[in-house]
Amino acid sequence: MINKSRAVLSMFERLRIRAGKALLHGDRIWQALTVGMGLGVLLLILWIGWILWQDSPEARSAFGLSFLLPSLDASWNPVLDKFQAWPFIYGTLITSAAAILLALPISLGIGIFLAELCPAWLRLPLGWMLELLAAIPSVVFGLWGIFVFLPRIVEPIGAALGSALGPLPLLGAFFTGPIPVSGASRLAAALILTIMIVPTITAVTRDVFLAIPRSQREAAFALGATEWETISQVLVPYGLSGILGAVILGLGRALGETMAVTMVIGNSIEGTLSLLRPGYTMSSIIANEFAEAVSVLHSQALIEIGLLLFFITLLLNLVARFLVWRVARRSPQQEVRG
Amino acid sequence: MKSESTHGHIQSRRGYARRKLSSRVMLVLTGMTTALALVPLFWIIGYVVLQGGKYINWSFFTELPRPPGMAGGGVLNAIEGTLLLVALASLFAIPPGVLAAFYAAYYPNTPLGTAVRFSTDVLSGVPSIIIGLFLYAVVVKVQGHFSGLAGGIALAILMLPTIIRTTEEMLKLVPPTLREASLALGAPEWKTSLNVVIPAAANGLITGFLLGLARASGETAPLLFTALGNEYFDIAAQVRSGLASGQNIFAVLGKILEQPVDSLPLTLWKYAQQPYPERIQQAWAAALVLMGLVLATNISARLWIVIRSRRMQG
Repeated sequence: MINKSRAVLSMFERLRIRAGKALLHGDRIWQALTVGMGLGVLLLILWIGWILWQDSPEARSAFGLSFLLPSLDASWNPVLDKFQAWPFIYGTLITSAAAILLALPISLGIGIFLAELCPAWLRLPLGWMLELLAAIPSVVFGLWGIFVFLPRIVEPIGAALGSALGPLPLLGAFFTGPIPVSGASRLAAALILTIMIVPTITAVTRDVFLAIPRSQREAAFALGATEWETISQVLVPYGLSGILGAVILGLGRALGETMAVTMVIGNSIEGTLSLLRPGYTMSSIIANEFAEAVSVLHSQALIEIGLLLFFITLLLNLVARFLVWRVARRSPQQEVRG
Repeated sequence: MKSESTHGHIQSRRGYARRKLSSRVMLVLTGMTTALALVPLFWIIGYVVLQGGKYINWSFFTELPRPPGMAGGGVLNAIEGTLLLVALASLFAIPPGVLAAFYAAYYPNTPLGTAVRFSTDVLSGVPSIIIGLFLYAVVVKVQGHFSGLAGGIALAILMLPTIIRTTEEMLKLVPPTLREASLALGAPEWKTSLNVVIPAAANGLITGFLLGLARASGETAPLLFTALGNEYFDIAAQVRSGLASGQNIFAVLGKILEQPVDSLPLTLWKYAQQPYPERIQQAWAAALVLMGLVLATNISARLWIVIRSRRMQG
């Protein structure tokens, strides 16, 4: 009896010492925690994708590819359970593309100003102000949009665009009016998105410019180039892939933006291509209808739209990060922050 | 190759004065685009302050909403809900975020270190509405009802990238000698991290947390199908009555987490779409409070790090 209990005791003792050694005095646990949380971030993304895939099987099998393909008379009918996502895909693509086209020159200008021209004391406050613009909540943009930006800015611009470009062949299809009196339209969404993504694109382009080695500028100046020639013919080509990355990041943000867009785009499904008419986007249809989805097929169709949006933004992000990283790797003296 | 063609191109141009002038014009233009981008910032802030200031009053902070169409009342439920959701989000996001950042900061070139940084970047690009759909599937559907818990987790996922990225950068700024000194004295890695590295990086970490909080407190989309909103839910009153009836504080909090809760952005979104002028006025007031909260957090986070780092250098 005594021998047995002693044996048990010493076994515990040996185990304790062994455990202490094996755990490196708690460091194994610490390492396991940090590795686990690191892996957790990766797994979280995969999990999100998996859940969206797993929760939309009936919609995927019921509509197949016709869910995604362009069609002029696409239907979104919760009563008949017939769903096609093209109007939303088109709305997302056209508003984001317009926003990028407008935001790129502005952001490039600001990035150049901040990195190359601006006096050092002004750089930090200006950078802060742009980050504040990015920090303003999306719903506040939406509220300001509905009551101030739409009636005062978007409606006049839309009316002018409609009368100037509307009659043109081809291009006119994007500018056939009339724009609603409230101003709620795809154009409004595109302009609000422009304001919202300029800080994103600017921050990255500025860092790209700051990461370009001094020798590049000095070489151009030594060849007799003016400041602008240095910027446009040396620095921009040098940082091109970083700038492209910035644009794609901005595009990702524009595609996923929900609240402000939902509040100003007018939320209607029309068969037109026009920027001046109300529309719908992928994120705004989810925001508006998911909580009140009537049937299984309805909510699954919305989840399938979410799945598509997730994959598009995932892909864009992967490409963008890769491009920005490439610039950072080429110029080792400064790190480019994404 | 590139420099040669640039060279040739520049040489072929004529008229130094014209080139100089066009350079000037373009440079002025970049300054003007900068000014242009700041117009919306000041316009939005100014307009929200003016409009919101008109309709804000004491009862806005202390009362629950009145029925639509009635004047008066407040958004106490939304203010309390925002605080609850943000507190939950910090609770769920900060510990795992800091741990993941430790890995990314100290093992940057291992496959997992690269993967952590890359997936952090990717996660920050996932649309917030998708996070809402995800939480609906994994929490709301499983529990069978909308809840503040689901909303808090959704906001935590949104905060996570900001926290990991800023923490990682701040950890890298801590001089390696500090860490090595502690390890050389025989302290295990985890003790070194908790008692030496984290205190040394504390200022930067707080900045990162505040920036994450600011982002999370302004989000609406992930709360639409998780926290849902709840106009008649006064959290403080629930806590008081629960404690008065002799319940454990954790039991009371647990019950609160089971309920749908409101938040300022959700309230603002709902009010802005209603036809009642009183509700629109309250939406402006809510916009002012929300924007004030977010911008004040954001600015104080940045000022904090600037002031503290200056003091350390001096």
